[in-house]
Amino acid sequence: MYKIVEKEHFSENVVKLIVEAPMIAQSRRPGHFVIVRTGEGGERIPLTISAADTVKGTITLVVQAIGESTRKICALEIGDCFTDIVGPLGQATHIENVGTVVCCGGGVGVAPLLPIIKAMKEAGNRVVSILAARTSDLIILEKEVSEYSDEVIIMTDDGSKGQKGLVTAGVESVINREKVDLVVAIGPAVMMKFVSLTTKKYDIPTMVSLNTIMVDGTGMCGACRVTVDGKTKFVCIDGPEFDAHKVDFDEMIMRLRAYN
Amino acid sequence: TSIPRVVMPQLPADFRVKSNHEVNQGLSQGQAVLEASRCLDCPDPQCIQGCPVSINIPSFIKNIERGEILTAAKILKHTSALPAVCGRVCPQEKQCESRCIYNKMKKQPVAIGYLERFAADFERENIKANNIELRPSATEKNGMDIAVVGSGPAGLSFAGDMIKKGYNVTVYEALHEIGGVLKYGIPEFRLPNIVVEAEIDGLRAEGVNFVKDCIIGKTISYEQLHELGYDGIFVASGAGLPRFMGIPGENYIGIMSANEYLTRINLMGAGRPGEDTPVLKGNRVAVIGGGNTAMDSVRTALRQGSQKAMIVYRRSLEEMPARVEEVHHAQEEGVEFMTLCNPIEYIADEKGRVKAMRVQRMELGEPDASGRRSPVPVEGAVEEIEVDLVIVSVGVSPNPLIPNAIPQLEVSRRGTIVVNEDSMQSSIYDIYAGGDIVRGGATVILAMGDGRRAAAAMDAELRKQR
Ligand SMILES: Cc1cc2nc3c(=O)[nH]c(=O)nc-3n(C[C@H](O)[C@H](O)[C@H](O)COP(=O)(O)OP(=O)(O)OC[C@H]3O[C@@H](n4cnc5c(N)ncnc54)[C@H](O)[C@@H]3O)c2cc1C
Ligand SMILES: Cc1cc2nc3c(=O)[nH]c(=O)nc-3n(C[C@H](O)[C@H](O)[C@H](O)COP(=O)(O)OP(=O)(O)OC[C@H]3O[C@@H](n4cnc5c(N)ncnc54)[C@H](O)[C@@H]3O)c2cc1C
Ligand code: SF4
Ligand code: SF4
Ligand code: FES
Repeated sequence: MYKIVEKEHFSENVVKLIVEAPMIAQSRRPGHFVIVRTGEGGERIPLTISAADTVKGTITLVVQAIGESTRKICALEIGDCFTDIVGPLGQATHIENVGTVVCCGGGVGVAPLLPIIKAMKEAGNRVVSILAARTSDLIILEKEVSEYSDEVIIMTDDGSKGQKGLVTAGVESVINREKVDLVVAIGPAVMMKFVSLTTKKYDIPTMVSLNTIMVDGTGMCGACRVTVDGKTKFVCIDGPEFDAHKVDFDEMIMRLRAYN
Repeated sequence: TSIPRVVMPQLPADFRVKSNHEVNQGLSQGQAVLEASRCLDCPDPQCIQGCPVSINIPSFIKNIERGEILTAAKILKHTSALPAVCGRVCPQEKQCESRCIYNKMKKQPVAIGYLERFAADFERENIKANNIELRPSATEKNGMDIAVVGSGPAGLSFAGDMIKKGYNVTVYEALHEIGGVLKYGIPEFRLPNIVVEAEIDGLRAEGVNFVKDCIIGKTISYEQLHELGYDGIFVASGAGLPRFMGIPGENYIGIMSANEYLTRINLMGAGRPGEDTPVLKGNRVAVIGGGNTAMDSVRTALRQGSQKAMIVYRRSLEEMPARVEEVHHAQEEGVEFMTLCNPIEYIADEKGRVKAMRVQRMELGEPDASGRRSPVPVEGAVEEIEVDLVIVSVGVSPNPLIPNAIPQLEVSRRGTIVVNEDSMQSSIYDIYAGGDIVRGGATVILAMGDGRRAAAAMDAELRKQR
């Protein structure tokens, strides 16, 4: 079984869980995700692997409680088990030394971003990380991000921490002061859409990790489909990362509301 | 030959659409024995030629007639790993029954499928009623280890044969339940889970090891399978990837693949109390396609409480690939058939939820490569139909996980794994493959037959190495 060995509250609704899953810990790469299920009537929920320890055989998940299933997961305690965890799923992030990379994380999106920041740094890039949230309490993993970033910029909607403003303002300020070769954005769909619109103006390659609704995560159902460059793609097998400038965000945002 | 063919007792249509109970109730022993007496025990039984795994049909039927039902079941098990499943879902009318001598006499064929189901169910109930303990097979273990990728009918039948030959067998399954399409696709009202579960329990008792939540090529690589010491690998990963039509509006909310719809309901229990997975409900449901998957979807929609459930199919009723019995059941249950119709566009409300579809009327033209008359659009004949749920069931492509993970593996242009047809061996010496990953979308019995052939061939090959 997939036992929880560590739990930490990042904020009221965001929890970090370290879970025993030795085979997945060994095979996973940055960008991969898992599908988890809690309880016999549980739903299959996709969650990014934000770190892994191959020696201890554990993976780290950071979960934001937004609905029924994620609330159940956040209520799990040390010693409890997930009923099922399958993975690693999706294509791993393409990591390369391109020069300067700006990594933008919105809300809980910082968790999946962390392994990418780390890998980008290790590949020799200059990494500027921008963490954005509504308010200071919701800024997570600041210490871990700082460890692998040349610079960290914090943006809050209400100005309670770092600079006041949206993530796009932070991105633009960096673009205006230095040459940026790649932008990576992970967070709520709306945030990724606006980062994408911003970088498009400057013609800077941008990569996003899409969090569509999923069921199986193995290409079997098509629930996760998005339109990229006019073609239908399955996020779970073709993604989750795509060229932001080719993604039809409006369609994706619409589809995320299917069950609300 | 004057006895008429038995009629399968079924639940009344108005009752069954409100429940998930199995529609076909099965024959009583009296009915089965009488039906069995119709079989003429032909000297050159053509029915066997019609069965993809060449079940000894007259032999099992004559045992039923004599009341030796457990012997009949044993004969079935000799060639078919899952007779209770095949007796229910085989397209018998196109296979064994189509070759029965009765057809030549312009009479209805012996109900081979019903009898097969009867014998298999009898055995299962006998095991349960008498608390008979299933035991590991008596064959001495040969110390060799075999990995199976996927737990659908191909993987299960392969595993069953290999365990009987003395191998240690581990079946890896990506999902959290064992059974493949038998679990996530085909609904309860046609194939109850307890039937599938009993077959899996049987394999478990014989010593087959099942590992769920494990994707070969992702969780464990092909190289790691070698490190784990496997001497042979059988890939039975199925045809998982749903096709869409690529028409405008197809990604609106309320339009989904049959796989998604059936998986949410059959595998995840959506709509039942205590289950977290949601599923969209529709009042006016259109299912696009004419295969078994389409019939299962449209009948599922009725059971989910939709007021109007339609099949939208671009050819005519005669060309429909679904089993005749399923089409009849759907008609009895009140499904509407819009044949010679093809959707060309979907229309949504301001929230992106589908509210209508535009369909193009078709007519039949010249026969195409498949020998069926191909549909051609009738110019200008386009109409708009109100719908609030659309299930797309226009076929599946082979699951790309394994071909992507093992680049050396030879695959066809369609994405199927290329194998030697006799041995089911792939271009890589220790990988064999069968079922839908080799054939594209096919049938349960063909998948099972592949599993059996691969087991025989792999065993012969490994014997040389021992
Ligand atoms: C590849 C990928 C990686 C993800 N990584 C993380 C992560 O690391 N941490 C984290 O907190 N969340 C992550 N998510 C989002 C997470 O899966 C959803 O928040 C979760 O499914 C919501 O379920 P719920 O029942 O709690 O919410 P509800 O709002 O009750 O969900 C209702 C339905 O909508 C679906 N749904 C709603 N919102 C989303 C969404 N944003 N994405 C996918 N499905 C949704 C649910 O599966 C469910 O079927 C990821 C999503 C994807 C696709
Ligand atoms: C709704 C529906 C109705 C049908 N009705 C009929 C019918 O009436 N009669 C009939 O004869 N046929 C019917 N069929 C077709 C029949 O079910 C299939 O031909 C048959 O199941 C194929 O068997 P298989 O073993 O090849 O694959 P599947 O049953 O598809 O099983 C493959 C399994 O492999 C798993 N898998 C895939 N990749 C991996 C991996 N990398 N690692 C681990 N596991 C993996 C999948 O999760 C799946 O469980 C129907 C199909 C559907 C979808
Ligand atoms: S397995 Fe299928 S084809 Fe063969 S005898 Fe049974 S019902 Fe007929
Ligand atoms: S062909 Fe018909 S009558 Fe003859 S053996 Fe087969 S089932 Fe019996
Ligand atoms: S989640 Fe089912 S195909 Fe991607």
